[in-house]
Amino acid sequence: MLAMNYRGPRRVRIDNKPMPEILHPEDAIVRVTRSCVCGSDLHLYNGNVPDTRVGMTFGHEFTGEIVEVGSEVTKVKVGDNVLVPFNIACGKCAFCKQKLFGNCHESNSQATAVGGIFGYSHTAGGYDGGQAEYVRVPYANVGPTVIPEGMHPDDAVMLTDVVPTGYQAAEMGGIQPGDTVVVFGAGPVGIMAAKCAWLFGAGRVIIIDHVEYRLEFARNYAQCEAYNFRSLEDPVVFIKKTTDWMGADVCIDAVGAEAAGNAMQTITGRKLLLQAGSATALHWAINAVKKGGIVSVVGVYGPTDNLVPIGNVVNKGLTIRANQASVKRLLPRLIEHVQNGILDPKALITHHFALEEVADAYHIFSDKLDECIKPVLVPPSAQ
Amino acid sequence: MENIPEDKRHIKGWGVDIDPKNDPTYPMKHRTNEEHKGYSWERPSLQPVNIEVLHSNERPNVTAVFGTSTPPSGLSGMIRRYAFKHSENSYLHWLPLLLADRVNVVEGIVDDFKQGHVPNIFAEKGMKADWKHDKAGLFQKVAITALVTTAAVLILTGKHKELAKKF
Ligand SMILES: NC(=O)c1ccc[n+]([C@@H]2O[C@H](COP(=O)([O-])OP(=O)(O)OC[C@H]3O[C@@H](n4cnc5c(N)ncnc54)[C@H](O)[C@@H]3O)[C@@H](O)[C@H]2O)c1
Ligand SMILES: [Zn+2]
Ligand SMILES: [Zn+2]
Repeated sequence: MLAMNYRGPRRVRIDNKPMPEILHPEDAIVRVTRSCVCGSDLHLYNGNVPDTRVGMTFGHEFTGEIVEVGSEVTKVKVGDNVLVPFNIACGKCAFCKQKLFGNCHESNSQATAVGGIFGYSHTAGGYDGGQAEYVRVPYANVGPTVIPEGMHPDDAVMLTDVVPTGYQAAEMGGIQPGDTVVVFGAGPVGIMAAKCAWLFGAGRVIIIDHVEYRLEFARNYAQCEAYNFRSLEDPVVFIKKTTDWMGADVCIDAVGAEAAGNAMQTITGRKLLLQAGSATALHWAINAVKKGGIVSVVGVYGPTDNLVPIGNVVNKGLTIRANQASVKRLLPRLIEHVQNGILDPKALITHHFALEEVADAYHIFSDKLDECIKPVLVPPSAQ
Repeated sequence: MENIPEDKRHIKGWGVDIDPKNDPTYPMKHRTNEEHKGYSWERPSLQPVNIEVLHSNERPNVTAVFGTSTPPSGLSGMIRRYAFKHSENSYLHWLPLLLADRVNVVEGIVDDFKQGHVPNIFAEKGMKADWKHDKAGLFQKVAITALVTTAAVLILTGKHKELAKKF
């Protein structure tokens, strides 16, 4: 079968690989119909996640048809069209039982600090991902969710990560009616977070980035204010001024380790890997939120350390809330929102690539060419 | 309240200010405090371990399922095995893993050649897309690469003195 093959930093290609097999009674094999490239994949693509092995297939946002199931699979059957949450979760451990599906204790041998994730290095379990024609899906009784009749396939694939992550970013902000919410990052996740902030009753939503076409998109899609930090002398002072010198009630970091905007952070975090990615956006979020405010972090960082002003967290009495999105917990509500037209995730998908064009897709998304917001790969068998 | 520790009830004031609503994890976590009982849940069936799976020393075992992509091999594999002797809390875990990743890239190129496959690095980097969407950027990259390569060749072939004279 065709599958994406990681060869080294910023080098990926399509290759023939053996078909995945059932290795556990709760496994399913899924024939992929759509598979996105995510901002999270860029951390792997840039070679910044430890234990990213050459030969691995990435891809944690995918939909497909179930073509084979193991003997203990009862919740889905061959022929079902499913969307598959990016978290691999057993449903039985103490964490899954408390709906922390992003923090399962039975899906990642290599690290206790993160649950299993499809196609996300060995630090997240060593699973080959969905940027392929077929993929092995463990714990098929827990993750895969039948796509409701009539749902657009592009909406379905966005429910595997972007929608729940954006939504949870807003949810963790503990937004109260009238709150001012600042979202750092106008990628798919940040745009969705800005949109969802309204659902929790925000009074004002501001998004910050430095890519003009994304700001323009966010302004229209999320009906929010959008500012380019390159044209602000200091984004933190700007936010203070525009909130009558109080700071935002809630700041959301939807950027993570690939942040631009501060040379020292970029060099130590992205070039020299002396810290676990560049923490510019998180730094700004902590400094731009008001005293007693909440910082919600969905931006992904590496497993070591980052330079952030933790002293200010103490002195301002901040609450920091963060997690990998618990996709399964949020799906019922979010499917409703999509079906009722409250959220229109497919509008974020600007590019459909054939799976064979995976190298171009990564490059275009990573370098923000051709006004790309969100690319999706379509395998030949699904075209 | 099954979670009240019997043997702590004699402590004066124990629990007088318990406030279940004061839960910063809500609504992310539907708190039941299962984990207070330790690693005691009924585990899923276990995936047979018939490849090498490195596991964090912050847990006692391999998880019930695990990925089978690219088991450790070669020199990078040796470095990864070393890394897993150290906990996730240690640089001696993460820095060797990053080193192993870089070694692995060289191993990947060697493997490609062994299989008679010359990697098309231009295509792997998606530079066809530059030609279409970012010609200026592509020309800049090509120019820089040419400059660096020429300089390197000149230095390596000992012609740098002549080069120096020219400037
Ligand atoms: N927690 C989760 O469950 C989860 C799930 C999906 C993605 N993520 C993470 O969310 C982040 C965003 O994902 P995405 O797909 O939108 O990625 P993306 O790369 O498309 O978007 C990131 C955006 O941030 C902008 N940016 C860079 N530096 C900035 C700064 N200092 N301030 C403001 N904006 C800045 C970039 O220009 C870009 O538009 C990534 O770190 C990704 O790994 C987390
Ligand atoms: Zn993702
Ligand atoms: Zn679990």
